[in-house]
Amino acid sequence: MPHDVIDHLAEIPAGSRLDEIRRARPDAREHAQQSFLALLEPAEPGELALEHRYAVAAYVALLHDAADGAPGTPGRASAFYLELLADAAEAALVDGVRDAAIAGRASGPYGDYREPRLRGEAVAGPVAAIERGVLGERLAVALEHAHLLVLHPRDARPEALRALTAAGWGADAIVSLSQLVAFLAFQLRLVHGLRVLAATPDPAITDPATPASAAALEEARA
Amino acid sequence: MTQIADYPTLRRPEAFTQDGLGWVPWAPPVPEDALTDAQREGLVEPGRATSPYFRLLARDPEALRARTLTDLDIFHNENGGIPRWERELSAAAASRVNGCVFCASVHARAATRLSGRGDDVQRLLDEGTGARVDERWDAITDASAALTATPSAFDARHVERLRAAGIDDAGIVDQLSGAAFFNWANRLMLSLGEPEVV
Repeated sequence: MPHDVIDHLAEIPAGSRLDEIRRARPDAREHAQQSFLALLEPAEPGELALEHRYAVAAYVALLHDAADGAPGTPGRASAFYLELLADAAEAALVDGVRDAAIAGRASGPYGDYREPRLRGEAVAGPVAAIERGVLGERLAVALEHAHLLVLHPRDARPEALRALTAAGWGADAIVSLSQLVAFLAFQLRLVHGLRVLAATPDPAITDPATPASAAALEEARA
Repeated sequence: MTQIADYPTLRRPEAFTQDGLGWVPWAPPVPEDALTDAQREGLVEPGRATSPYFRLLARDPEALRARTLTDLDIFHNENGGIPRWERELSAAAASRVNGCVFCASVHARAATRLSGRGDDVQRLLDEGTGARVDERWDAITDASAALTATPSAFDARHVERLRAAGIDDAGIVDQLSGAAFFNWANRLMLSLGEPEVV
């Protein structure tokens, strides 16, 4: 497991400018990683088994993949979470999660508002109905909830939590599942933003970790 | 089976607001007198034991603790980067796009308190992230809105515009972090309960 998953997914080299910038927020950096560990690698997974956590994570990451990527070609974060899942689950389950995510792709956020004066801003969009099959009832219902949270969270109502309890999820697992999906919505966006930033060099600044500036340094020493 | 609560007579907000709101949970929080030591530690600040939101999240204390310490550093660490009010603006913009009236109220109010620009903040709430204020403000709200889309629409043009507005890369990471963090918080606040006029 990489020491810092965000650095790993964003491909931030040690000693680079972005590494220095992230280290100027040491608690944010450290506790983003601790959040990953608490939600994906907990010592006591409780009711939400590791295999199900990885399944949810792979599904959520695939829903965040850019729409212009070829279907079936996961982005770096999706590949990472699919690999965690593949290490813990049978191939048929991995395929079931991947198929559910491809079927669930949409552009968010959409949804209705509870607030009367905002209803004119409602945007319609799909509601996931995931085939139980190899996934089973509990995981399929959890993925349907993940789809709601990723793409149309303002459509959430008490009924969505009742669907989870009816499938056998208790209150502790509902909180862990919600945190897992919500944390990934943070992590995947931060990774995306850091990758865009790294790929958009500032003409005014040279990065100490780039080969070009290392060569320039050598030249200056010679 | 876990009981999920409805609030048929709740006084709900009508729209986005900078007024202070309450929040009621649909899933049951841990009762205050039943919090374990690990759950109290997960709250980070002892005063949060009175909040039903934090007592609900205390059901996964390690996730809550890590969430809270991430939050505090992104929004309060003043070592470089953009001013705190611009991080709050990023959070409010993300909340406006996702439709989280509770989160938007807290962070719009914070942006107003820290900047003194309550009228501009109110335009963000009333008109949405398309409201035009000034170049630096618009660069921040547009970048935060783009990052909030699924899949994310944040791209090199947003970076170039933030830089042109005088924001260095540490500041851009603050903007990204503030908006990304509220994609976490909005989803919890929207899906585990709802706001109440108090």
